[in-house]
This record gives sequence, structure tokens and C-alpha cells, in this order.
Amino acid sequence: MSFPLLAVLAATLTIATPLVWAALGAIINERAGILNLGIEGTMYAGAFVGFLTAAYSGSPMLGLGAAAVAGVLAGLLMAVLTVTLGVNQHVAGIGTTLLLIAASDFSNRLLFSSGSQEVTEKFTRWFAGTGFFSQYPMTYVAFLLLAPALWWVLRSSGFGLRLRAVGENPEAADAAGIPVARTRYAALMIGGALMAMGGAFLTLSLLGSFTLDIVSGRGWICIALVIFGRWKVWPVVAGALLFGFTDALQLQLAITPLFSAVPNELMIAFPYLVVIAALAIWGRGVRYPGAYLTPYRRA
Amino acid sequence: MKILLRASESRWLAPLAVAAAIVLTLLLTAGPIRLAGANPLAAYERYTVTPLTTLTGLGEVLLTATPLIFTGLAVAIAFRVGYFNIGAEGQFLAGTIAAAIPGLYLPDLPAIIALPLALASGALGGAAWAFLPAWLKRHAHIDEVVTTLLLNPVALLLVQGLLNGPWRNPETGFPDSARFGDGYILPAMDDGSRVHWGLGLALALVVITWIVMSYTPLGLRLRAAGQAPPAARFSGIRVSTLQWRSALISGAVAGLGGASQVLGVQHQLTASVSNGYGYTGVVVATLGALAAGGVLLVALLLGDIAVGAQNASIVLQLPTQMGAIVSSTLLLTVVALLAARRYRLTFPRFAKKREEDT
Repeated sequence: MSFPLLAVLAATLTIATPLVWAALGAIINERAGILNLGIEGTMYAGAFVGFLTAAYSGSPMLGLGAAAVAGVLAGLLMAVLTVTLGVNQHVAGIGTTLLLIAASDFSNRLLFSSGSQEVTEKFTRWFAGTGFFSQYPMTYVAFLLLAPALWWVLRSSGFGLRLRAVGENPEAADAAGIPVARTRYAALMIGGALMAMGGAFLTLSLLGSFTLDIVSGRGWICIALVIFGRWKVWPVVAGALLFGFTDALQLQLAITPLFSAVPNELMIAFPYLVVIAALAIWGRGVRYPGAYLTPYRRA
Repeated sequence: MKILLRASESRWLAPLAVAAAIVLTLLLTAGPIRLAGANPLAAYERYTVTPLTTLTGLGEVLLTATPLIFTGLAVAIAFRVGYFNIGAEGQFLAGTIAAAIPGLYLPDLPAIIALPLALASGALGGAAWAFLPAWLKRHAHIDEVVTTLLLNPVALLLVQGLLNGPWRNPETGFPDSARFGDGYILPAMDDGSRVHWGLGLALALVVITWIVMSYTPLGLRLRAAGQAPPAARFSGIRVSTLQWRSALISGAVAGLGGASQVLGVQHQLTASVSNGYGYTGVVVATLGALAAGGVLLVALLLGDIAVGAQNASIVLQLPTQMGAIVSSTLLLTVVALLAARRYRLTFPRFAKKREEDT
């Protein structure tokens, strides 16, 4: 039996897609100086709201839009807490995650109490039957549109420049007339939308249904990828692909006779361990954004 | 109306802010409770008062609060020195695994040896799970938040892997471990009650933490390292060493909590042993102001709400997740309103008028 390399590479892209969406959202947050640990809950809420809307309207597109709105609201909550009120960002983020997961599970219990998994109309793959290129629309958008666009925005646009300024040195940005709070609000709301849409990929493209613990730590993976990629778009995308590849590899190896003796859980844990190892090797001495974790107040 | 910064935060506003946060939480959660078809007032009564009215209910509250005291203390000990350990969940699970090892492989030991051995093993397991992030923080300056978080799902996978593999129940074939030997049962604190001596252990840790933090030079150094690292360094305190030790102690406390849970309640290892206690520990520590007494108080409050949520799900058909919604909303409103003390409202129109009057 030959090793199905092309299938593994195709799966790599699919697995990396939600990570790319959410990690790019996290880059926007952190470049503005905010560590958003609400990412796990925002992805979870996006997955649920997207599924819910698609289940009732029959339109996955509408579901994706609703997920984006939910993400904007989650970002707004984080912004009120961390930008306006200056609450400790770790606490605000964990609190937001706990709240959004509890609220999603609560609504799920209320609305789908029968326990049956409703299957929605989900996105279909483009170029079906072409193997490697048979991917979901959101995968194409992530790699061909979103990543290049964000790279350009951060590097060359006025908004990107203002974003980096308030994340590096808010005092100087303020002195230069950049509205620090408003820029950070925008960053958190846009970033939240991307995170929620990444979560919605799981329900609206991959599964077509919502299951408990559907995000299962992908948000934390994204936070790690952003540090690993040093807050730069392409290295973070590369990190997501590395995770996607190890995950696709373990899925493939799990059904290979040679590895069938290895416990499945060890295989699932493997990509997490690879990310920690990657952080340990390449994460040394990284330079964090200047105003990371610090609220800004005019003196 | 204008919002202005205060020159200084006033201390007497803190209890007022907490009271306002409680009211705000009740208002915010009333909507979802109504949507679920329950009466909010009846639900709040179930969440707070009902569990405390019967002896059984009181026991359940203490039982539910026990793991939260451990994880809350663990998080508080680390946060106090500025080490953001968000891995109490993983460390708790590592503690359950480590305590299960003697329970499964040395089942014939008498309780007097078995219990200390299993508890020590649990503490060691938790510390071992905290070791890697702490080591990476100390020697490679890698952010502990990410590494501790990432190890949480890995710990859960380890539990599941053991239960699906070597520790699968030989009799039932279910992914639960066999029951531990008879010596591995933490005795009840009161005959006929489910409350076990894990609570006694938790209370002892609360007292020790309180004394160390408040009355010893070590406590002073720890607080200094957390509140003003540069000043602490300047006065000769080795901040990174303190953080390293606190990280390991924090992991050990969380692991001890895991051991207490399997030895006191489950008497076997199951995949659902944690129920998010580690993450809730962050809520407990924060609401408890990172102080030992505060942790105890908040753990009891959240235990009360959790037991009430179980009760409300049976009586009022209100999904249990409402309990988690209430406690996380309470966390966010308390931190938000405590931070809002920095601001004051002024009403320029009236102020001007007053000036004209005088």
C-alpha cells in the first residue's frame, strides 16, 4: 500500500481552515495589544449560532453571517471589559469563554432537547472529485483572500498602521491623534467576527451539525500559533498548516495497520504536543507587541 | 452627563460594586430563565436558598465546593506571584491519574498507608503536569498562559486513552477504571454524609495559605513579586525563582484536588471526573480576590449555585448550564464594576447651575 500523500495534504488544508480564520482574528486583536482568551468561546458561539441560523433558515450563507454578528458582539464584550474598563485580560477572556460556552450549550439544550442531531444544509465542496482541489469555499477564501488581504492591511493600509501603533505604543499613537480606544474596539470586533466564522466552519462546512465540545481547544491552539508565528500573517498561516498536517497525518496513520497498536488518544494528542514543541523551539525570546496586556489611560 | 476619571479609587465603593454586580447578574440572567419557561425568582431561590435549607442539600454544597476550593487555591497561589497558570484543569486531571495508579496496582494496602500514598501521588502528578510550562517559562521565557492551556486537552486525552486502553473496566467493559482497593476511600467527615475528608484537607490548605500569605516574610515576597515585579527585583527578591516554585505548588494543589475527588467521591477513574473544575478555579480565584478566605467563600457560593442548578433542572426543567451562565456572568459583572470604580459620573448642567447659585 502506498502512502496517500495527496489525500493527507488535502486534509491538511481542510483542518487548517478554521485555525487560519480564528488565528488571523487573534493576530488583529494582539497587534492592537489585546490578548483575547475569549477566542475559544467565540469560536464555540460562532459554531452554534451559525448552525442554529442555518438550521432554521436553511441557508448556510445566512448562518455564516449570523456567526459573524455573534463574533462582533463577543468582541464588543471583550472591548468594553478590557479597553474601556481595563480589566485583567486573562480574567476577562476566560470569563467570556466560560459564558459563551455555557450560553451556547444552554440554548442548544432548550432548542434541540430531543437530542437528535439536526443536519443542516451545509456548504458543499468546490471542484468535487478533483482530489486535492476539492475543498470547501471557506478554505479557498482563507488562503487566497483573507490571509493576503490581512497581510496587506497590516503592512500598508492606514488602518493597519494605526492598529500596530496602538498595540506598540499607545501614548505615541494618542499623541499623533490616533483614537486608541476606538481602534482597539474595531480590532476586537473584526477579530471576533473572524474567530466566530472559523468556529462556524466546523458546523456549516465540516459536520453539518452541532455537537458538544465541538471546538475542543482549537482556540488555544490559535493563541499558540500566533506567538509561534510572531504576530505575522504568513508564519501564522504556516503554523496552522503545520498543525493541520500533523493532525491529518495522525488521522491517516490511525487507519494504517502499522500504527493500529498506538492508542487513538495519543495520536489525537500528537498535534498539541507538536505545537508545544514548536513553541519551545521557535518561541524563545520572541518580542511581544509593546503594549501587550496593558490597558491604556491618558495620564 | 459626563464620565470622568476619579483622582483616586475609593475603597468604600468596593462592596457597593459587588452588590451592584449581583443585582446586574440577576437582571441579565432573568431573560434566558424566562425564555426557558421558568420563573426567574423561583429559579434564584432554587440556586441560592433551597440547597441550604436541608441537611442533605448542605452536604451536597460542601461536596461540590470541595474540588473548587482546591482549584481556586491553586489558581490564586500562581496568580498572586504573577504566574498565570490556566492549566489547573490539566493538573487536576493529572492528579486523578496519579492517585489512581496506587489505587489500581496496590489495591491491598491498608488505608493508613494507602491514603497518604495516593494523595501524595496526586499532588506529585499535578506538579509534574505543571512542570513543563514552568520550566519553559523560567528557562526559555515562553508564555505560561499558552502552554498551560494547551496541556489541558492533552490531560483529558491521557485520561480517555488510559480508560479506553489499559485501565478499561475488566468486568463491564466500559471506559471507566476498576474500583480502587478498599484502603483508598477517603472516609466521610460525618456518618451517613457524602462529605469526605478531602474537604478537611482543603480547609487545612486554606488556613496554611492564609497564614503564609498574610503573616510570613515569604508571603510578603510573594505578594511583592506579583504586584510590582521591578520593585521586588530591585529589593533583591528573585522573582523568577518564586514564580517557578509557586507554579509547581499550584500544580500540586490542583493535583491534590483531583486525588481528593477520585478518593472521596468516585473511588474509580472516569473520563468525566473533572467537569471543568480547573477553569472554574479561575473564576473562584478571581472573585475571591486571590485571597485564601475569598477562595473559600466563593467556592461555597459557586457550589451552592451548582447544586441549585441541578435541583432547578429537575424541578423547573431549567437546563443545568444556567448555573454556569450565572457564575460566569457574576465573574464578568464583578470585575467590570470593580474596574468601573475608576470612573465617576458628573452632570455638567447641574454643576454649572450650582456654581451660578453660589
